[in-house]
Amino acid sequence: MDTEFFLRWIAAVTDRVRAERDHLTDLDRAIGDADHGSNLDRGFTAVEEALAATPPATPADVLVTTGTTLIRKVGGASGPLYGTMFRTLGRSIGDAPDVTADALADAFSDALAAIAKLGSAAEGDKTMIDALAPAVPAMRTSFDAAAQAALDGAEATTNLRARKGRASYLGERSVGHQDPGATSMALMIDALRAV
Amino acid sequence: MVGLVLISHSARLAEEAVALAVGIAGDDAPIHPAGGTDDGGLGTSIAKLETAVAAVDQGDGVVILMDLGSAVLTARTFIEDRTDVVLADAPFIEGAISALVTAGTGADLAAVVAAAEEARTIGKLC
Repeated sequence: MDTEFFLRWIAAVTDRVRAERDHLTDLDRAIGDADHGSNLDRGFTAVEEALAATPPATPADVLVTTGTTLIRKVGGASGPLYGTMFRTLGRSIGDAPDVTADALADAFSDALAAIAKLGSAAEGDKTMIDALAPAVPAMRTSFDAAAQAALDGAEATTNLRARKGRASYLGERSVGHQDPGATSMALMIDALRAV
Repeated sequence: MVGLVLISHSARLAEEAVALAVGIAGDDAPIHPAGGTDDGGLGTSIAKLETAVAAVDQGDGVVILMDLGSAVLTARTFIEDRTDVVLADAPFIEGAISALVTAGTGADLAAVVAAAEEARTIGKLC
């Protein structure tokens, strides 16, 4: 997977975020502060501009630029979290002009650890980790398996009680709503299939 | 002297928290707010945090106090590559006042962080 592959992935994520913007915000309205879709859309629009302004030379450049831009532009909790994910993916891959499937799976494993550390969160807390964590081992098999695991993980957050983030203030009342962060995470992993 | 930064989801809350802390603890040590997003909405901004840290950085280190949620995540992301900036796990207002009093005495970075975090253990009704 070369620089072009990662540019296509980020472009696909940007399109999906734009298309799902209102849906993500609606999910966030139920248990959060109703800004997840618009925050991510703003972030990925800035990513699109940054990648167009300075064409990246390597896969890592694509990912680190994406992460740094999200950290600077999103404004909500998802900025530092997704920013850390993409930056960790980039740093983990290193200078390789062509990334193997194994190297990308390793990088996603590192990204999961980095997000868990930054957010002091674990699987089952009703966060984006509930979509990412099951996708990481599945990525050793295929993008299809990873996407399915992420989508299933996101769907399963509906029955969880939130222990992190704004929704945790709701306690039991957070049960019955799918987590917006897990939903956007599944969307990003699912976008790998179409690249 | 150690500097202090208060990062909050609200620009006005951060500004008023700084004003309250200075009103009570004095202005011997530098303190600066970093509230809201770049366009003035609710949320946090790493660019505002960078500006605030630069404004209070006198070379002796900087302590950041956060309110909640993305303030914590933004601050944690910011200190990834800074060893001279430390996060205090403390109540926002009480921690800020305690830290500012201590910083104003010329105490070092570790002592200012400890003062902020001590504020967690002080009860209000006992």
